[in-house]
Amino acid sequence: MFEKLDTYTLQEYWWLIVALLGGLLLFLTFVQGGQSKLGMAKNEEQKDLLINALGRKWELTFTTLVLFGGALFAAFPLFYAVSFGGAYALWMAILFSFIIQAVAFEYRKKPNNFLGQKTYELFLLINGTIGIFLIGVAIGTLFSGAAFRIDDMKQMEWLGSMRGLEALANPFNLLFGLMLVFLARLNADFYFIYILGDADLVQKARKSLKVDFAIFLVLFLAVAGWILNMQGVGYNAKGFYWVEHKYLKNFLAMPTLLALFIAGVVMVLAAVYGALFKNARRVFWLNSLGVVLVGLSLLLILGLNHTAFYPSTADVASSLTIENSSGSRITLITMSYVSLMVPFVIAYIAYVWRLMDSKPLSEDEVEHDPMSY
Amino acid sequence: MTVDTSLVDWSRAQFALTAIYHFLFVPLTLGLSFIVAIMETIYVTTGDEKWKEVTLFWMKLFGINFAIGLATGIIMEFEFGTNWANYSWFVGDIFGAPLAIEGIMAFFLESTFFAVMFFGWNRVSKKFHLLATWLVAIGSNLSALWILVANGWMQHPVGMQFNPETARSEMVNFWDVIFNPNAFNKFLHTISAGYITAAIFVVAISAWFLLKNEKMRDFARRSILVAASFGLITSSYNILTGDNSAFTVVHNQPVKLAAMEGLYNGKQGADIVAFGILNPRKRVGDKEEDFIFAISIPKALSILGYHKLDAYIPGLNDLVFGNENRGIESAASKIAKGKKALAALKAYKEAKKSGNEQKAKAALAEFRQYEKYMGYGFLDKPEEIVPNVPIVFYSFHLMVGLGIWFFILMAVMLYKTMTGSLAQSRAWLKLAFYSLPLGFLANELGWIVAEVGRQPWAVQDLLPVKMATTHISTISVMITFWMFAFIFTLLLIAEVRIMATQVKLKAGGGKNV
Repeated sequence: MFEKLDTYTLQEYWWLIVALLGGLLLFLTFVQGGQSKLGMAKNEEQKDLLINALGRKWELTFTTLVLFGGALFAAFPLFYAVSFGGAYALWMAILFSFIIQAVAFEYRKKPNNFLGQKTYELFLLINGTIGIFLIGVAIGTLFSGAAFRIDDMKQMEWLGSMRGLEALANPFNLLFGLMLVFLARLNADFYFIYILGDADLVQKARKSLKVDFAIFLVLFLAVAGWILNMQGVGYNAKGFYWVEHKYLKNFLAMPTLLALFIAGVVMVLAAVYGALFKNARRVFWLNSLGVVLVGLSLLLILGLNHTAFYPSTADVASSLTIENSSGSRITLITMSYVSLMVPFVIAYIAYVWRLMDSKPLSEDEVEHDPMSY
Repeated sequence: MTVDTSLVDWSRAQFALTAIYHFLFVPLTLGLSFIVAIMETIYVTTGDEKWKEVTLFWMKLFGINFAIGLATGIIMEFEFGTNWANYSWFVGDIFGAPLAIEGIMAFFLESTFFAVMFFGWNRVSKKFHLLATWLVAIGSNLSALWILVANGWMQHPVGMQFNPETARSEMVNFWDVIFNPNAFNKFLHTISAGYITAAIFVVAISAWFLLKNEKMRDFARRSILVAASFGLITSSYNILTGDNSAFTVVHNQPVKLAAMEGLYNGKQGADIVAFGILNPRKRVGDKEEDFIFAISIPKALSILGYHKLDAYIPGLNDLVFGNENRGIESAASKIAKGKKALAALKAYKEAKKSGNEQKAKAALAEFRQYEKYMGYGFLDKPEEIVPNVPIVFYSFHLMVGLGIWFFILMAVMLYKTMTGSLAQSRAWLKLAFYSLPLGFLANELGWIVAEVGRQPWAVQDLLPVKMATTHISTISVMITFWMFAFIFTLLLIAEVRIMATQVKLKAGGGKNV
């Protein structure tokens, strides 16, 4: 089946998968957003409830991040080598924030936990704010580029002396990171409204949603406007070249993606309306789908239509595209067969969520669960 | 060619540190997941609430360990890119498929059903919960399968061809990569080692319960019954897979085997050293004695390696300096051919750039002639192919010794549990308890044998470690090394204290804590 596709189509297919994983990752950041909102709890019982609501989902964010990295390694290994090696300090900082998250849920309340409950809550806060901000900065570099060169033997040279921390000096990247923090918080508001059986916390989540949405909206408009106005790197048989309004042109050249983007935005807006004015609980899913679609369409315009998805600001000819950074044809075909399992994976995840989230989570359940965090 | 050796050493140290910590937690996860699943199966089939109590306790310890295993695991994946950028590009095309399968098949299975396993007791049916527990166990073990397939390929690269256009190894046969005998044996040996570690963990803590609190007798007996049965079966199997692993090493990594046995001069009908002390002054090519003291099993190495009494096993001197009589090529000759391969590759690239197709064709033909020696071209001297012999030798022998001890321990504990005499056998209970760290130690030793034993190669014969690193400043790696060392140590202390507290609370109360 996949053997019949040409190599470029296979590369597009894998960019689609990477983009989809990126979109899913954005939706799953509700866990991190929730970690930054533990202050909502007025007492220990409410805090435990919030932690347990998030703790039942944290592995999926973690796993999706790992798979997002793994898919990039698998399908676009040159990007993996260039970005992770070049932005060393940035990625290490992200990893540290995820190491401390992984243990925080499980260890926080265990007797004799050595570092104390507050430390683990601080770990969750760091991961939920700084960690997610840095991921945003890293994603921002896909638009703004980085200073690297690659020679004929694929030896990489990075011109920045800060090993990726220079990305923090780029206003676009900072704005992108900040937007992601507030997107995560917005997602968390929806999740808390959806999952919690505590009327007080749900009420607080609704209030918080107003503020988070207002800030996110401003940041999102600024980022979206910037992206549509910024230049990107295009390429053809003759080589690479900078193109004004490249991403806007990509949207216009691929109207389906523009439609997905607009549909995603409308869904998020509808979810906000539903949560605030209709007291709807399940709009979490509407917002989630909207976030996935917006993330998917933004990542797709980044790599499709002969666009370099990782521009080199030092040497435009070294920019990475889905063509020059991908795995070989045989590998892409093999992995494409593996990808046929994805619908089954999504189906069982959906089934398990449905079973586990069939009724709201209450303080009473958390208190009497021998396995609760 | 100049290589910053301090950068290489720090990068190696950082990866070793991460892997050592990761490998403390993963084997326990692999084994404990199955032990818990077996316990829960007994609970569901018998309906006996005491089995639920047993299941819940060990499941809680499983969860505590699982979290930190995951935390250290994410570092491993991303370190390939951050610290080993050249390696990432070189092997990315091969690792792509196994990692994609691992991510899609195993990670999501594990993480999705983990939530049901821990929080689904009152939300899903008993049978669905049991299914979730088994799926977590299967998912954890599948993760190990795919990552070990990738590792096995590094030890024995098959199903690939180097592409001079892209300057990397590219997959030509997926099934060769997957069914690489080295990878398969590595997987079976590693997971069975993990199962034993978990079995010892459960047996050791249960033995402590028996020593401390008479009321814990029933709980401990049930735990030991499952764990010791599981441990006995898996330790027998581990001995078998160990034998197979050695067999593949003989054929694919003869230098590693020679280092494992401290064998400098090849022998027909070679012995295995059952116990020995290496001569610390001994170096390849000198006249020093190999051992200060050694007790050997005659011809056992030949039997292990070739299943023949009189098979010839090459020693380090043969492999470094060559042995014409045995048809063994010297490392110096391989290095010379490797340099020819690299020169031809460079000439090919230059000819392509200048558009001289004829010259490019000739250069490519020459490259293909010497391609399999390419990695040797990066080496400076023949002795570089020899790993650290004492580390490999002692790690290997200690690991084997521990493997035998585990088999005996499991057999005795199971026998005494079944005959009802365990509670009275305080000496054995103490021995079992003090064996707790040995399972972890054996795993680390096995990893050291596998990974230190293949030095200087990142990918056997193709890519030396020193050419695989990311070109970054040594200070960057040093900083992150100490940061990892600090945070992992901190978290390890936290885990040990939390686990110990859970065990003590259990011993004190007899109920789930």
